[in-house]
Amino acid sequence: MQYLSNILFAILLIVGIGFFAKNVKKLIRNIKLGRDLDVNDHKSERWKNMAMIALGQSKMVRRPIAGILHAIVYVGFIIINIEVLEIVIDGLFGTHRIFSSIGNLYGVLIGAFEILAILVFVSVILFWIRRNIIKLKRFWKSEMTSWPKNDANYILYFEMVLMTLFIVMNATDSHFQDMNSGNLISQFVAPWFNGLSEGTIHFIERGAWWIHIVGIFIFLNYLYFSKHLHILLAFPNTYYGKINPKGQLDNLEAVTKEVKMMMDPNIDPFAAPAAGTEGEVPAKFGASDVQDLNWVQLLNAYTCTECGRCTSECPANQTGKKLSPRKIMMDTRDRLEEVGKNIDANNGEFKEDGKQLLDDYITKEELWACTSCNACVEACPVSIDPLSIILDMRRYLVMEQSAAPVELNNMMTNIENNGAPWPYNQMDRLNWKNE
Amino acid sequence: MSESLKVPTMAEFMAQGKQPEVLFWVGCAGSFDDRAKKITKAFVKLLNKAGVEFAVLGTEESCTGDPAKRAGNEFLFQMQAVTNIEVLNAYEVKKIVTACPHCFNTIKNEYPELGGNYEVMHHTQFLKTLLDDGRLTVEGGKFKGKRITFHDPCYLGRANNVYEAPRELILKLEAELVEMKNCRRNGLCCGAGGAQMFKDAEKGDKEVNVARTEQALDVKPEIIAAGCPFCNTMMTDGVKAKEKESDVEVVDIAELIANAQDL
Ligand code: SF4
Ligand code: SF4
Repeated sequence: MQYLSNILFAILLIVGIGFFAKNVKKLIRNIKLGRDLDVNDHKSERWKNMAMIALGQSKMVRRPIAGILHAIVYVGFIIINIEVLEIVIDGLFGTHRIFSSIGNLYGVLIGAFEILAILVFVSVILFWIRRNIIKLKRFWKSEMTSWPKNDANYILYFEMVLMTLFIVMNATDSHFQDMNSGNLISQFVAPWFNGLSEGTIHFIERGAWWIHIVGIFIFLNYLYFSKHLHILLAFPNTYYGKINPKGQLDNLEAVTKEVKMMMDPNIDPFAAPAAGTEGEVPAKFGASDVQDLNWVQLLNAYTCTECGRCTSECPANQTGKKLSPRKIMMDTRDRLEEVGKNIDANNGEFKEDGKQLLDDYITKEELWACTSCNACVEACPVSIDPLSIILDMRRYLVMEQSAAPVELNNMMTNIENNGAPWPYNQMDRLNWKNE
Repeated sequence: MSESLKVPTMAEFMAQGKQPEVLFWVGCAGSFDDRAKKITKAFVKLLNKAGVEFAVLGTEESCTGDPAKRAGNEFLFQMQAVTNIEVLNAYEVKKIVTACPHCFNTIKNEYPELGGNYEVMHHTQFLKTLLDDGRLTVEGGKFKGKRITFHDPCYLGRANNVYEAPRELILKLEAELVEMKNCRRNGLCCGAGGAQMFKDAEKGDKEVNVARTEQALDVKPEIIAAGCPFCNTMMTDGVKAKEKESDVEVVDIAELIANAQDL
């Protein structure tokens, strides 16, 4: 009987981590549905980006208020997790505050955690106020209803509860309070429980301890369904993020091959293709569904934290157009999830569901409103590139469906015939000299 | 006046067995658009004045393919790119200057993979080196103390991190440079990029160029300086839409420098 709580804890740990591992596996499987992309270049620059942007939060602080609040929650989150390590050891081996044997340093550590816990608590409340009372515009755009809106608030409530439990746990731990080292905050909370019997206080302490750790496991498994996945994915995403100048859009290799063939006078365009080359021609140009995007674009979608910094800088969105780069990312993730579930339900094979990313999620109207200005890419604090998805979908519309707006078709015909987007003769190109 | 413009072509240089110092890529707007042609000429005057041995491709130049690529027509883009690269490589071009940030971006970033490797400069960068090297001088005189705000072209600024060259030129004019609410990496687009120039905007509650012009007018400039023929058109239209054309001019940086010299 005496090992009951240890066994219970071990089961909890295994289940919590087991589910998490399962979700991670699914996540990786889904991301790998994307096309291959070679990102083995510029290793040192990529590590630097990850250190600066993900770890160093360099882009977060470009908006100072949100940036500083976020930094507090982020640092608090990471550091207070050292405490979780202790909880896990205590839980498994039936010890109590195993690290307290390290002496004074323990008090310093826990004292720091308590202060951080309060700072996190306050920051989270400010975040909640910005979202729900001040109603910052970017949190109330049309894509931020139902789940995305609730998700953001749930996380804030979660943090509030976890931080409260941490303080209550310390305050009701008479052994810890007697040590009188590190109880910087909890010593003021402890008197609230004064009238209660020792047994009740101990019960509250145990209760807070258990709920705290269960809460952390729930949180861990909530991630996969939440915008909060960014706390993990921000790292790989900033590593794999775009290194080239923002204005450089990728050249489609498949097109290069065809163009080279057409332009090479030594190749007979009507000859049968050499054996083995047929397979290289991709099934389609551009993207109409998530599988046509590359895996970094899909990783981008899972990383998006729905902060809306991109959308708030987007010239199209600012002037009332339907386009919202955040929605592009959210739609991509939603569709990818749908495809993933489809695969799960059909024994690992995707079964045609009559839907796709284009039209069913992202409309042409959104795609054609983009000015390719890169404001969204510049604004994103975790190196997401919504423009690349927009471009790939335009490519599908134009090269597979010839579905460009009429004016753009005229422009392209002009380029083809006259070497300029307007109907002027190429032979007149130098006329300005004599005008 | 136009007779005084010296605009040799690459073919002419080739015929004399010579190489110019730099190729001036004029671009479609610079060649055909009435407003942009003035920018082209202003820049040529400056090149002539500084004694730069430059050449243009003339009728051998063709669209870089930028608007086609951004509209999604990768095929047409690469056809244009490969054709242009063939011409440029045949002339053994090493260095290119252009007054269009779209041409600048495309040739600099997207041509290398397709076999076109050149040193590419935006005309504001090139003018700055001419000034730094003492080949060209400007006196502030005419623009001294004038309020000028600079609109960052997306394809020069965010796309390629060129923010300072145009500003340094404005400061050389001893003008008062005022910055808009959104500037440098936060600059707001004029609305022309991504092939938007060639189509009507989607339904919304405002035109992008009007939104940007409002930001410019907020800082009460006498001149809105531009560094892109498309931005120039958009901002000019924006100023007209706001009925401010009698108070505010939209001028390319090359024109500013040329005007300062009474060229
Ligand atoms: S690149 Fe397109 S989606 Fe991104 S901010 Fe500019 S217009 Fe909006
Ligand atoms: S793409 Fe980046 S900036 Fe936009 S909502 Fe997602 S995380 Fe925020």
